[in-house]
Amino acid sequence: MDFALSPDQIAMQDSLDRTLERVAPLDRVRQIAAQDLPTAPEVRAALAELGAPAVLVPEAHGGLGLGVLDAALLAETLGRHTACAPFLGPALAAIALDLCGSEGQKAVWLPLIASGEASFGVAISEPASGARMAAGVRAENGRLSGQALFVLDFADAAAFIVADETGGLHLVPADAPGLTRTALTTIDRTRSVGELVFGEVLAERLPEGDSRAALARMRDVGRVLLAADTLGAAQRMLERAVAYAADRKQFGRVIGSFQAVKHLCAEMAAELEPARALVWYAAYAQDALPGEATLTAAHAKAHLGDVGRFVARTATEVFGGIGITDLLGLHYAFKRIGLDRQLLGAPERARRDAAVAQGFIPA
Amino acid sequence: MDLAYDATYTVFRDEVRDFLRTHRDRMPKRSGHRPTDEQIAWQTLLIEHGYAARTIPEAYGGHGAEPDILKSRIIAEAFAEAGAPGGLANQGISMLVPTLLELGTEAQKTTLIPPTLRGELVWCQGYSEPGAGSDLASLTTRGEDDGENFIINGQKIWTSTAHAADMIFCLVRTEPDAPKHEGISYLIFSMKTPGIEVRPLLTMTGAAEFNEVFFTDVKVPKTQIVGGRGQGWFVANATLKHERGMLGDPNAAHARLQAIIEILKTETLDGQRLMDHPLYLDRLMQLQARVISMQANGLRLLTAAQRKEPVGMAGLIVKLQGCELNHQLAALAIDALGELGVLYHGSPHQRDGGVWQHRYMFDLGLIIGGGTAQIQKNIIAERGLGMPREPKLAKV
Ligand SMILES: Cc1cc2nc3c(=O)[nH]c(=O)nc-3n(C[C@H](O)[C@H](O)[C@H](O)COP(=O)(O)OP(=O)(O)OC[C@H]3O[C@@H](n4cnc5c(N)ncnc54)[C@H](O)[C@@H]3O)c2cc1C
Repeated sequence: MDFALSPDQIAMQDSLDRTLERVAPLDRVRQIAAQDLPTAPEVRAALAELGAPAVLVPEAHGGLGLGVLDAALLAETLGRHTACAPFLGPALAAIALDLCGSEGQKAVWLPLIASGEASFGVAISEPASGARMAAGVRAENGRLSGQALFVLDFADAAAFIVADETGGLHLVPADAPGLTRTALTTIDRTRSVGELVFGEVLAERLPEGDSRAALARMRDVGRVLLAADTLGAAQRMLERAVAYAADRKQFGRVIGSFQAVKHLCAEMAAELEPARALVWYAAYAQDALPGEATLTAAHAKAHLGDVGRFVARTATEVFGGIGITDLLGLHYAFKRIGLDRQLLGAPERARRDAAVAQGFIPA
Repeated sequence: MDLAYDATYTVFRDEVRDFLRTHRDRMPKRSGHRPTDEQIAWQTLLIEHGYAARTIPEAYGGHGAEPDILKSRIIAEAFAEAGAPGGLANQGISMLVPTLLELGTEAQKTTLIPPTLRGELVWCQGYSEPGAGSDLASLTTRGEDDGENFIINGQKIWTSTAHAADMIFCLVRTEPDAPKHEGISYLIFSMKTPGIEVRPLLTMTGAAEFNEVFFTDVKVPKTQIVGGRGQGWFVANATLKHERGMLGDPNAAHARLQAIIEILKTETLDGQRLMDHPLYLDRLMQLQARVISMQANGLRLLTAAQRKEPVGMAGLIVKLQGCELNHQLAALAIDALGELGVLYHGSPHQRDGGVWQHRYMFDLGLIIGGGTAQIQKNIIAERGLGMPREPKLAKV
């Protein structure tokens, strides 16, 4: 019985933290965010060197074969630095391929994911969050038609994992004939989200295993990783607010000596600290407590969505006017948290899934 | 990270479960402020088996086991799972006993701890005064030294259980010329000592949960001190640490959540289960996420304690977040019950004995008592985040 990070996990998180501090400081984030698409080859390369895309790829296919908790710790650090690099897409694609890919598909793609050579986008928004407008993908005779919105890690993708309306999973190369790709511009310019329109696109089905179960795992792990991303971004915002409050003076005193400011910071810390324990628990549950996986992932996603929103606005407020400027750059974290909250099921949706997972209401 | 218990612990868990199965008929009902004979007998049985006072030495009436945090947790879990009353947890047992173990004399330990543990000796905590609440160190109840005794005059307030207590542990200013924090002594004496008057204070729940206590020339032998003269502030802080650990317990929140789930499953509105009402369901799920978070936070604290590592922020937030969560749970139960939620005083159709309204009011007291929410935020900001300390006020 032990509920703490291992020395290896702490070391892994530290080394990613230091790497991102070096390759992607705020000035670089600002440059990347000003581009049309947030692609940053040197950040991607640095992540690949640390093995970040390999974390959920089995060792037999060139990966590290680590757990969801390890992936969540990396996601937390990426959120902390508002890092502009694909992570969620390749991680979830590795799960899909591992659980449902043919031996051939695994042999081709998993090593490329692990090495960082091939990034993947993932189109599971409709089954995970519900369909907006008339979005949805139909599969007929090996061809896909329809529309998938809010495709994760869209920009750098060499290929996409696409869920169809019946829960089947398909692999579609980015240059497949009949596939129209449109970037969607969100508040968060540090990650990319897009839209895929399928005109009778020839797709490779992932033929093995239970694709619905795999899709559920992709959704659950994706939710945990988004919650972890928010945790990192929010923790950083709190730290910056506390540091600023120790420095900025008004009325002849540092503002951190005003109790109103202190209490804002205490409230953020009091909300974040148990939220961290929830993220750990949910991440651990994905591998070790299958009966609680869907429930805890939904709760982590929803709760961090709410706590993240509270910290994002409160930390900004501690800064006064400079808090909302580009100069300070706090807004990258604010927007990151804002995007995390909506993807793969916003809080209301995730909480409904948590209730369904316990049999409180029918699906 | 590994949340599985290894084999020695699963064996231990089976032992505890076995005990609970075979002794079900001896489990007492909850009572008021003084334990009943039935409760004292149950408590004695629990101590004998090591399910209460587990790590307290046998010489002081405890079970004398080696500290093992996991076993303590397994006991708590098994009792909760069986709905069995656990060991007594009054102020004497939860606050005075740990303080005496840490700082008491041998004579104090051997005479006072055993009957306190059994539930026979009931204590109250005499700290707060009308003029000294959050700023406890400004207390003015004074004890004059007449050579052999302290002669105590003054008033305490909000003293829980004082009307039913045998003894009091009490903060008294014995060194009037010393600085504020260095002039206080921690005294223990009988509530039957001449010159003590207890006046119960009715609270909003309708019960008298705490009291005013007046001291007029109360004579207490100088040997009845814990720690040295003028050390009372330090001794009291040792006690407060134990009190805050007791408030905000996530297992209590978990039990409450289960009860609310039952309400939403069984109660109906316009013939429809409350569970099928998206708004109540959404609130339930919001609070469930918080309960799981606090339980997971508890696991972090457990691991830190086992490794003898500092708990840091994860410990500082428990009282604030835990008490607030319990309060919000009571609020949800009331709201989901609608008009039924306000039935009280034994009214027809009252649900769960009116416990949700009682908790909603009583818990507000817990948010205030033992260090208010605002004081907790000061502590989190100062000790947890290293922010500037509150300005120190003029010395008394
Ligand atoms: C149910 C219950 C049981 C209790 N049992 C006992 C008992 O058995 N024995 C005992 O000795 N005491 C007991 N108390 C007393 C309890 O410890 C005090 O009520 C508590 O410490 C607050 O003191 P106060 O009531 O004087 O409020 P005050 O200190 O006057 O506080 C009033 C308000 O001012 C705020 N405030 C005060 N100082 C600050 C500050 N520095 N910064 C920001 N805000 C501040 C408080 O947060 C609060 O909102 C009990 C209280 C309750 C509610």
